[in-house]
Amino acid sequence: MFLIIGSNPAESHPMAMRHIGIAKGKGAKIIVVDPRFTKTAAQADIYVPLRPGTDISFLYGLMNYAIENDLYQHEYVQNYTNASYLISPDYHFEDGLFSGLEEKDGKLVYNTASWAYQKDGDNIRKDPTLQDPQCVWQILKKHVSRYDIKTVSNVTGTPEDTLLEAYSTYCESGKPDVAGNLIYVLGITQHSYGTQNTRATCMVQLLLGNVGMPGGGVNPQRGQSNVQGACDMGMLWNNITAYLAVPDATKHPTYQDYLDVTTPKTGYWSNTPKFVASLLKAWYGDKATRENDFCFDWLPKSDGKDHSHMSSYGSLEEGHIKGVFCWAENPSVAGPDASNEAKALEKADWMVCVDIFENETAAFWRRPGANPAEIDTEVFLLPAAHIYEKEGTRTNSARHIPWRWKAVEPPGQAKSDLWIADRLYKAIRKEYEDGGAFTDPILNITWDYDQQDNDEPDIEKIAIEINGYNIADGRVLGTFGDLKDDGSTACGVWVYTGYYYVDPQEQDPLLKVPATKRHGTEDKSGLNVYPKWTFVWPLNRRIVYNRCSADPAGRPWKKDKPLIYWDGAKWVTNDVPDFGIVNPVTKAPSPPEVTANAPFIMLPEGQGRFFNPSGLKEGPMPEHYEPVESPVKNPISSQQNNPMAMRWDGIFSKLAETGSEEFPYVATTVHYIEHYQTGVRTRNSPWLVELMPEQFATISPTLAANLGIKAGDDIIVSSARAEIKCKANVLPIVRPLIVNDSPVEIVSLPWHWGYTGLSQGDVGNNLTPFIGDANVAVPEYKAFLVNIRKA
Amino acid sequence: MKKGISRRDFFKYLGIGAAGTVFFEGISAKPAAAGENLPSYDVGPLKITKTKETSSGCSYCGCGCTTIVYSEDDKVVYIEGDPDSPINEGALCPKGTALSDVYTIVDKNRQRVLNPGRLTEVLYRAPNSDKWEVKDWDWALSEIAKRVKKTRDETFEEKDENGVTVNRTMAICQMGSANVNNEEDYIINKLMRGGLGVVDLDHCARL
Repeated sequence: MFLIIGSNPAESHPMAMRHIGIAKGKGAKIIVVDPRFTKTAAQADIYVPLRPGTDISFLYGLMNYAIENDLYQHEYVQNYTNASYLISPDYHFEDGLFSGLEEKDGKLVYNTASWAYQKDGDNIRKDPTLQDPQCVWQILKKHVSRYDIKTVSNVTGTPEDTLLEAYSTYCESGKPDVAGNLIYVLGITQHSYGTQNTRATCMVQLLLGNVGMPGGGVNPQRGQSNVQGACDMGMLWNNITAYLAVPDATKHPTYQDYLDVTTPKTGYWSNTPKFVASLLKAWYGDKATRENDFCFDWLPKSDGKDHSHMSSYGSLEEGHIKGVFCWAENPSVAGPDASNEAKALEKADWMVCVDIFENETAAFWRRPGANPAEIDTEVFLLPAAHIYEKEGTRTNSARHIPWRWKAVEPPGQAKSDLWIADRLYKAIRKEYEDGGAFTDPILNITWDYDQQDNDEPDIEKIAIEINGYNIADGRVLGTFGDLKDDGSTACGVWVYTGYYYVDPQEQDPLLKVPATKRHGTEDKSGLNVYPKWTFVWPLNRRIVYNRCSADPAGRPWKKDKPLIYWDGAKWVTNDVPDFGIVNPVTKAPSPPEVTANAPFIMLPEGQGRFFNPSGLKEGPMPEHYEPVESPVKNPISSQQNNPMAMRWDGIFSKLAETGSEEFPYVATTVHYIEHYQTGVRTRNSPWLVELMPEQFATISPTLAANLGIKAGDDIIVSSARAEIKCKANVLPIVRPLIVNDSPVEIVSLPWHWGYTGLSQGDVGNNLTPFIGDANVAVPEYKAFLVNIRKA
Repeated sequence: MKKGISRRDFFKYLGIGAAGTVFFEGISAKPAAAGENLPSYDVGPLKITKTKETSSGCSYCGCGCTTIVYSEDDKVVYIEGDPDSPINEGALCPKGTALSDVYTIVDKNRQRVLNPGRLTEVLYRAPNSDKWEVKDWDWALSEIAKRVKKTRDETFEEKDENGVTVNRTMAICQMGSANVNNEEDYIINKLMRGGLGVVDLDHCARL
């Protein structure tokens, strides 16, 4: 059973689609929820069209249907979620807003005190009967009851019978022995309430008992070959590496404050001090001692404000950022309101771009309409190596970390990014040898990667530093359970511990290699686990929260496909368990009841959350709001938009009003299989350019007829930000949806093109709004307003 | 490596071999066996004959397909999916199939030549200039380092307005990358955050 929502694997993740197709051949049902009738939808048993930005309504409708018709997984909900927890009596919800909304420094914020669990001392108060009106289950039931079929249909524009068919089919996965696999991607995340969309997918999977099950799960498909790995390595402003929070001067001025604030008393994150101390030892070596807090103060502390992509561009535009590194990224095509982002780069003094082709960001000074003579930014464009011209690992959507070997030398002067980063460090260090601002970390950071007879840095040394080692004897660690908070271990990325470890118990000499390099093809369990095909973080665990694959007594929900189960005397495991299967002291098997009440090991309460007591920015549970640019008033409440959506001033503030007559159609951005993201590589591939040669927009036959447009005509697509010229593609894969009794036309817009390379076209993202999700500042690419006319 | 190892087996030895490559004498296509009532063709040797095979991966989406790269004299000749991979089981999508184009393309004379768009030189665009100039690595690294030091030193904050030690610069930003290897990202982050004190550091997981 698959529920694919806001994802089109047939185009964007073709090998994932291949496995979905194999499952379909064995009888799996596929439900596709998408504004467009995609290639994935063409393979579906049920296709659910919905208006862009209305996923929460669809998913809440599903939950309400499951509860009203008693189709959810009772035992799972009762034991593995926080359904029984009591919430503060001060909690309430009214007309689209939760309790605790306050105005602070001219901005709306929630005071989350009324969302907290009721407690007796350290113990959370619970009602196992689930009847108390303040228990999470009753609050949830009441909250989603507003999303009945008729209401949902009016919001999403989906016909009522299609909703019913999809809901009743997917609720089959509420049976304990049926797994439902929920796949999502950018159609869920790229909204001003994208984090809450994602929360709603998790809640559905908890309700139907699908998390931790083989064949189940909440499965985001990663869009780039190493987007997962880049997050793990700490390439996001808000985590140092491996999801350790970035130090914040307003929350943790000292190391002790940092540990106190970021370390919960229970759950696996209670080990945070071991991970942080080991990271600081990896970076600052002998200089990091217990006495000096392991040089914690050498790390930069943020100022309590957001520093993600859009905020950095806001800072560039305001003239605060003077120097830019852009490493194999192309925001002048990928960023929201891309033409204004390119303009903001004019404020930088210098920019260093690293890529394998000239991209639009490096070439921003010669973009259409710009006068190079007026742009004084210096640009360095450094030639890099492609994946098979160097070695190393990348991490896929399933957290596999396979090693890739080097086939050929990079052409000409091109160098691996490893070489470039290493030489850049050395050049900067040289500048600081005669002094400068705070030279300690620059002069003392551990950087011993040279090797004899080879110009490349020693990648094995870097891999071992990421993996973690015992400082006294250099022993490579096999588990992050061995990390210490006393400075005796070093580890750059704690979740990767084991990826470069050679298992001494391994009998097969072919597999007695660093785990990442394994090509083991055995799958004894028949569950597609392939435990020795490379390495999966954490600890080679293929399915996380796998305690949930068995009931509280340890019996597998799916008896014919047991992942992990208690045989009456011990645990039998077909995957690496993420709970203690033996007593840590006596080493005797640990009976099921010990772990039955805390399968979600990364949460302090150990149970999955329908209700988040610490809250996301805009509430403890999702709620439907309209996209910031919407053709209609919110049919659910008088709160039109997410009150916490991130907005910016100045050139980035241009928006269409609700129900705009000037921009009456809803646009959503999409990908095609022949091109990749900003197209830097694929638009330079003659084969792929021949397959998909130019920029276009897809409109419905009804809209085309209304506007007198034929397929292949040149059209202008305009938004409150910009306008672009492209070809019209007229196909019924998009159709008007009926919302509040009026048709809403949908425009589907690929955004792979730009002004460099073999195939060129206008930048689709020039049209998109500079609006961010309230929690993680992902831009609202998937729902905005446009107009269309013949060119 | 022991004698008589099959090609499929070879790829399991990858972790042991230093380079992860092998020189593989590929088979020639053969005409249909005589006597069968089928058309027969006189076919030349396969393009991958005498190529070097290397286990690598696809650089596009998040599926993580494993590839076999066939190269000859540092020219990429052909790329196919690795049949051993439980992820792609030998298959590749159109983008994966076209991965070789990033290095070499087939020109009008049907010869494999370097993709003319590939960057093979260090380029520099001076203020107000309308063109790139070719530079060398030593010059570029040294000039970049001077810019970094100047900007960092002019904007570095050791303490904030409340007297908290912050040791940061908010005048340099680092964007990227979901398109380089983990080990590369790791040292880029280490340099930018752990060395220079950069706060504005983000990649396109956000986009």
